[in-house]
Amino acid sequence: MTLNFQAIRSIYKFEMARTRRTLMQSVAAPVISTSLYFVVFGSAIGSRITSVEGVSYGAFIIPGLIMLTLLTQSVSNASFGIYFPKFVGTIYEIHSAPVSFIEIVVSYVGAAATKSVIVGLIILATARVFVAYDIAHPLWMVAFLLLTAITFSLFGFIIGIWADNFEKLQVIPLLIITPLTFLGGSFYSIHMLPSVWQKITLANPVVYLISGFRWSFYGLADVNVGISLVAIFGFLILCLIAVSWIFRTGYKLKS
Amino acid sequence: MQNAAISNTPQTNATPATDAIVSIKGLSKTYASGFTALKHIDLDIRRGEIFALLGPNGAGKTTLINIVCGIVNPGEGSVAVAGHDIVRDFRATRAIIGLVPQELTTDAFETVWNTVSFSRGLFGKAPKPAHIEQVLKDLALWDKRNNKILTLSGGMKRRVMIAKALSHEPDVLFLDEPTAGVDVELRRDMWNMVRRLRERGVTIILTTHYIEEAEEMADRVGVINKGGLIVVEEKHALMRKLGKKQLILQLHKRMGGIPGSLASYDLELGADGTELIYTYDTQAERTGITALLRDLGAAGIGFKDLSTRQNSLEEIFVELIKSERE
Repeated sequence: MTLNFQAIRSIYKFEMARTRRTLMQSVAAPVISTSLYFVVFGSAIGSRITSVEGVSYGAFIIPGLIMLTLLTQSVSNASFGIYFPKFVGTIYEIHSAPVSFIEIVVSYVGAAATKSVIVGLIILATARVFVAYDIAHPLWMVAFLLLTAITFSLFGFIIGIWADNFEKLQVIPLLIITPLTFLGGSFYSIHMLPSVWQKITLANPVVYLISGFRWSFYGLADVNVGISLVAIFGFLILCLIAVSWIFRTGYKLKS
Repeated sequence: MQNAAISNTPQTNATPATDAIVSIKGLSKTYASGFTALKHIDLDIRRGEIFALLGPNGAGKTTLINIVCGIVNPGEGSVAVAGHDIVRDFRATRAIIGLVPQELTTDAFETVWNTVSFSRGLFGKAPKPAHIEQVLKDLALWDKRNNKILTLSGGMKRRVMIAKALSHEPDVLFLDEPTAGVDVELRRDMWNMVRRLRERGVTIILTTHYIEEAEEMADRVGVINKGGLIVVEEKHALMRKLGKKQLILQLHKRMGGIPGSLASYDLELGADGTELIYTYDTQAERTGITALLRDLGAAGIGFKDLSTRQNSLEEIFVELIKSERE
C-alpha cells in the first residue's frame, strides 16, 4: 500500500490556509484570554500567594495555562476541521478520493495539532512579558506539547465525526474538557487540596498532562512523570482505536 | 461501437478482455433505514462511451453513482473500474474517476484556483498548473480564478464543481444531474465540454431528468426505476425498438369522424378534425401506409400535406415506467 502523500499535503495546506484566514479568532483570541489569566491570577491574586513549592505563583500557572489552551484549541480545531466539510457537504470529495483513513487523520489531525502548538508557543512567549520562568527540561517540554496536541486533536477529530449538529460539537469541549482542565491543577498543586479530593482528582486525566508538563518546566510534579507519559499514551491509543473503528465501519460518515 | 476505438488510455492493460471500463455485477443496496435503493444491478459501461442513466426521482441513480465513486458503501455484488475492485483496490479506481455531484457543495472562502488545485492533490496527482489553467479556461472560470467561491453565482459554482472533477484528468467522469437548475448557456458549454472529453477517450456517465439531453448526447441509455434496471440499450436501437411512428395527414376538409371503410387502421383525428393521424410500428413487416393511402383515395378523402413523427425518448421512457407500474 502506498500512501497518497499529495492528498496529505493538499488537506494539510487547505486546513492551514483556513487558520490563516481566521488569524484573529484562532490565534489572537487565545493569546488575549491567556494574558487576562496572567493579569488576574498571576498578578492580582498571585501577588498575595508567595510561592507554590518554591516557584512563584505567576510562574507556577504558566504550564497549566498553556495546557488549558492547548487542550481546548486542539479539540476545537480538529472537531471543526472535519465537522465543517460534513456540514456543508464537501466531504463527498474526501470520500470519493483515493485516500484511506490514514491520510485523512494524518492531515486533519496534523493541521489541528500544528495550529495548537503554534498557539501554545505564542502563549509561552507572551508569558515572558508577565513573569520570568525557566524551562528545566526543554526537550521534554516540547515532547509533552506535541504529544498532548496530537492526542487531543485526535480526540477532537472523533468529536467532529460524532457531532451531527453544532450543539454536539460544543457540548464536550464546554462540559467536559474545560471543567477537567480547570480542576486538573492549572492554577494549583493538587497537594493544596483536602486529602479526599487529592484522591478523587487522580481520576481526572488532565491532572497527568499538567503535572508532566509542569515537571518539564520546574522539575516538580504532582504525580510521577512516567505515569503522566503512560496516561497520555494510553489516551492516544484509545483515540487511535476509536478512529480506526470509525473508518472501518463508516460510522456517521458513510451509509 | 465506434467509440471503443478511442480506448488508448494507460489503464487498458489492466482491464480484462472486455472493453467495459465500469463493470457492475449483481449490485444491491439496502440502507440502514431498510430502504432498498438498488436491486441486483448488472451493468457494463464501455470505455469511451457516453452513457445516460434515466429514471424518476428516487429511482436509485445517485446511489448507483455514489457506490461506484466510494461515497456509499456497496451492499451485495461487486463493482470493478478498469479491472480493479472498488473496495479492494479503491486507490486505483478512485484515482481515475471524477465526480460532479448533484448538490452544489463548495467551500465558501477558498478561491477558485485553490479549490481546484486542492482537488488535484487530493486525488494524488502532482501539481500541474497548466492543466488547471486549461480546465478553468474551458469552463469560462479563468477570470474568476482569484475570486472566493462564495462570491460566485450558482451557475459559476456548478462550473467550479466540474473543474474540480476534471482537475486530476480522470478517465471516467460521473455527472449526476449536471444540468438541473442550469441556464441555457452553461448547458450548451457543458455539452460541448462533454463532447471534447469524449474525443479524448473519457468515459462519461450521466444521470438526467431531461430526456432530450440523453437523446442528444448519449450513445447508450439505461432506464432505472425503483432500484432496478429496466432496460439498457443503444439509444438508436431503443428508439427504434420501442418507437412508434406516426403519419400525419393534413386534410383538405374537416372530418366529423373516421369512415367505417377505414376502421381497420389505427387512426385518430387531430387538430379539430383537420388532421388524420395514423400510428404504425416501424419494425412491422408491412407498415400499411400504401394500403391506407389507396383506401383514402377510394373513400374520396384528399390531403394537402403529410409528415411523419417518431416517438421521442421521453415518450418511450414514460411508457416504460408506466408498464413497470402495471
